[in-house]
Amino acid sequence: MKRRKADLQQAPVTFAKGVDERFQASTPLRALLNKVFPDHWSFLLGEIALFSFIILLLTGVFLTLFFDPSMTETAYQGAYPALRGTEMSQAYASSLHLSFEVRGGLFMRQMHHWAALLFMAAIVVHMLRIFFTGAYRKPREANWVIGMALFLLGFLAGFTGYSLPDDGLSGTGLRIASAIMLSIPVVGTWVSASIFGGEFPGHLIIGRFYIAHVLLIPGGLLALITVHLGLVFKQKHTQWPGPMRTNTNVVGERMFPRYALKQGGFFMAVFGTVALLAGLFQINPIWLFGPYRASEVSSASQPDWYVMFLDGLVRLMPNWQIYIGDYSIPPLFWPAVVGLGFFTTAPMAWPWLEARKTGDKRVHNLLERPRDNPERVGIGSMAVTFFLIGTISGGNDVIADKFHISLNAMTWGGRIGLIVLPALAYFIAVRVCLGLQQHDREVLAHGVETGIIRRLPNGQFVEIHQPLGPVDEHGHPVPIEYGGWVVPKKMNRVGALAPAVKGFFYPVEKPSEAPVSPGMPPVSGDTREEITSGRK
Amino acid sequence: MTTTHHDAPDAKPVDVNDPKLSRFDVVKEGLRRDEIELITYESQFQGTNSKAEKRVVRNIALLFIIAGLAAFAFLGFYIFWPWQFELGNTTSDYFTPLLGISLAISLFAIGFAILAWAKKLLPHEVSIQARHDGASPTDEQKITGQTMIFVGDELNQGVQRRPLLKGAIGFGLAPIGLVAAAPLIGGLIENPHKGEHPDLFTTGFSAAKNGGNLVRLTRDDGTPIRPEDVSTGGQMTVFPGIPHGATNEYADSPTLLIHLRADDAAETRRNADADRRNQGSMWGNYVAYSKICTHAGCPASLYEQQTNRLLCPCHQSQFLITRNAQPIFGPATRRLPMLPLGVDEEGYFVATSDYKDTVGPDFWERP
Repeated sequence: MKRRKADLQQAPVTFAKGVDERFQASTPLRALLNKVFPDHWSFLLGEIALFSFIILLLTGVFLTLFFDPSMTETAYQGAYPALRGTEMSQAYASSLHLSFEVRGGLFMRQMHHWAALLFMAAIVVHMLRIFFTGAYRKPREANWVIGMALFLLGFLAGFTGYSLPDDGLSGTGLRIASAIMLSIPVVGTWVSASIFGGEFPGHLIIGRFYIAHVLLIPGGLLALITVHLGLVFKQKHTQWPGPMRTNTNVVGERMFPRYALKQGGFFMAVFGTVALLAGLFQINPIWLFGPYRASEVSSASQPDWYVMFLDGLVRLMPNWQIYIGDYSIPPLFWPAVVGLGFFTTAPMAWPWLEARKTGDKRVHNLLERPRDNPERVGIGSMAVTFFLIGTISGGNDVIADKFHISLNAMTWGGRIGLIVLPALAYFIAVRVCLGLQQHDREVLAHGVETGIIRRLPNGQFVEIHQPLGPVDEHGHPVPIEYGGWVVPKKMNRVGALAPAVKGFFYPVEKPSEAPVSPGMPPVSGDTREEITSGRK
Repeated sequence: MTTTHHDAPDAKPVDVNDPKLSRFDVVKEGLRRDEIELITYESQFQGTNSKAEKRVVRNIALLFIIAGLAAFAFLGFYIFWPWQFELGNTTSDYFTPLLGISLAISLFAIGFAILAWAKKLLPHEVSIQARHDGASPTDEQKITGQTMIFVGDELNQGVQRRPLLKGAIGFGLAPIGLVAAAPLIGGLIENPHKGEHPDLFTTGFSAAKNGGNLVRLTRDDGTPIRPEDVSTGGQMTVFPGIPHGATNEYADSPTLLIHLRADDAAETRRNADADRRNQGSMWGNYVAYSKICTHAGCPASLYEQQTNRLLCPCHQSQFLITRNAQPIFGPATRRLPMLPLGVDEEGYFVATSDYKDTVGPDFWERP
C-alpha cells in the first residue's frame, strides 16, 4: 500500500478551509480580529469584576470537591486541636477539614473569599464610573439594568457563600436573614418557615443555600455576564471625547493582537493580586469562630463589606413599630426588605428618568466628563454618601470601641448623618463641578498660566498667559470652544517644557512626549520654543 | 519598520489576488471592508535593533524567566514544605503565605511580561472604526413589524372565529402552568402555625416538651443549676433540660439567668410585679430573660453589670434588666421575654411555665 505523503505546510490552510466551508467563519472572524476598542484605564474596572468571576469559578469548583453541605451533627476529630470533640455540623467540619487537612485548601478558600470581595468591589467601582460619565445613556440603558441585576446577584452569591461554612459568624448572619424574612408583613412567618423548612435553623438550609450558591446564582451570573458583554460588543464601547473622536466612530486600537494581549496581562495581574491577598491576609478564619450556637456571638460581628451598608441601615433604624389592629410591622422590615429592594432596583430606572427630565432622546457614544453634568454628579454623590454612612454604621461598634466614642453617639451620628450629609454632598459636588468647568473655560479664554509675572510701565503686575489657540490683532487669544475633554493647564502639557527624563537606571534616549489626549499623536518636540521672561 | 499611514477614508478596494500585494496590503483591504481607518501604525523604536529595543526585549525575557522560577518555587513549596497543622509547629504556618507570594510573583511576572510586550514591542497604532448606531432601515422595520402582526393575526383569527378553541386553550394551558408551580410551592411550603404548640410560640421550656413535667434550667452540658451556682451580680446562659435542649434544635431557648444584687433585685421585682405578664416570674434575687434579641434574633449577650443593661452585639439594641428588659436604645421595639423561675424539690432551677411572651424576632401576627 502506498502511503500518501502528508503536506504539513498545507495542513493549516486545508483545515481552515474545511472550517469555513462548514461554518462560514471567515468574515465574522476577520471582523472580530479587526474590531477597534477605545482604550482608557477607567474602561478596565469592569474587567476586574470579570476576571474575579473567573477566579471564583476556578477556586469554587475546587472547594466543592471537599465541602459537605450537611447539617448532621458530628463530633470534630480533625487536626485543629482547639475544637476537637466539639459537636458541630458536617458543613463546618468539612470546612475545617478543607482548611487544615487538604494541602493548599486554605489557600484556595482564601483566594475564593478574596476574589468574591474583589468581584463586588470591582462591580461597585465600575458602576460608579458608568454613572458619573453618563455611559448608561441611550442606547446602553439595558446594560445598566443588567449591571444592577449583577450587583444584586453578586450580593446573594456572597451571602449564600459565607453562610455555607456554618461557623459562628455565618450562623448569626443566617439568624438575621431569618429575622428579616419574619419581618415581612402578612407572609413573613410562612416565608421563613418555607425557606428554612420549619423553625430556624432546621436541617435543610445549608443544603438549599449550597445549590443556590454553586448552581442557581452562578448560572444567573454567567447568563447575565454573557449578555452584558455581548451588548458591549454589539453596541461598541463608549469613548471619551477628544481629537478625531465623534459620536459615530470608535478611536482606539484593533482587538488583536495588542488590545487582547493587554487584557491577558491585566488578567494575570488581577489573578496575582488575589493570590497575594489570599496568601498574606487572613480572611474569614472560621476556626476561631467555632460552630454556630444560637446562644453565642462575639462582638464586632460584621458581614462582608458589601452587606455592611444594609447592616448599618438596620442599626440606624429607629424603633418604630407600626401596629395595625392585632398585627404589626417590625422596624427591621423597612431597611432590610424595603431598603435593599429599593436601593438595588430603583436605580435601574435612572437612565429613563434622566432622559425624561432632560428630554434627551439622542444616542450617546461619547462620554461626559463628570464636571460637565453637575446635577448627575450631585445625585451620584448623594447615593455614595448614603452608602458610605450605612457602611460605616455597619461597623459603628468597632469604631466606637477603637476611638473611644460612645456607641449611642455613633448611632445618633449615623442617623443624623444619613439625612444631612447626602444633601451636603450634593451641594459640594455641584459646586466643585461648576468650579472645574469655570477653570476650564478660563484657560480656554485666556490661555495657560505661565508663572511669568510682568511689570507694566504703570507699575501694575500681570501674569503672562500662553494662549492655546490663535490670537486676534490685539494679541488677545481668540476664545476656543470647549471640546468635552481635558484642557491643558500647565505649560509642559502643551510642550513648552520637556518633562523630566523617564527611566530608573537609564534615561530614555528620547524625552517622552506630552500627549494631549490618549490616542492622539503626541505633540512633537520639534516645535518647542523657549519661553522667555518677556524682557528683551 | 516605521510607517505612518494616513489612508483616506474612501480608500479604493484592491484585488486581493494581485500577487504584487504585500500581506499588509491584504490586511488593509480587510480593514477597509470593516470600515476601519488606520491613522497611525508605527514601531516604537527608531530603526531595527536599537539599544532601547534590545533593553525592552531583555526585560521581557527576564520577566518570563522570573515567572517560571516563581512557578517552580510554588511547586517546591507545595510539595516539600511541611503543611500539616501541628500545635506548636510554626513552620507550617508559612505554607499559605509562601504559596501566595510565589504564585503572585509568578502571575505578576507573566502579566507584566505580556503587558510590556503589548505596550512596548508591538507597533503603536491608532485606528478609527465607524459605528453603525440607530435603528434599522425603515423598510426593514416595516417588513418585520408587518410579519409579526401577520403571525399574530394568523393565530388570533383562528381563535376569534373559533370560540370553542379560545376556551379550550385557556382551560388547557392555565392548569399546566400551575402544574409547573405546584411541586415547587407545595414542596417548600411549611405552615409555621401547625400543631397544638407551634414551634413559633413554643420554646424548650414548655412542659409539653418534657412529657408534662416542669423543665429544669441546665448548662450546655446538661447539668442542672442550683441557685448558689450563680454568684451575686453574675449571670449564666442556661438551656432547657431536655434532650438536645442546648443544641440548635432549640435555637430560641437560650436564656440568661442573672443573680441580681439585692437593691437591683428589689427594683426589678417592683417593675415585674407591676406588669401583668411578668408578675411573680422572679425567684428570690434571680431573674431569667430570653437571650434571643427581639430585633433580629442574635443573642443579646453583653451584660453590663454596672448599668444593668443587656446589649445585643449585632445591632446594638440595649435592654434594661431592672425594668422588664425594656429596650432603651437601638432598633429593638419589644422587651426580652421573662422566664418564670422556680426551684424544684431537689433544689434545682425550673421554669414554672414556658415564656409568656413570644421569643425572638418580631413578626406580623405575634399575639
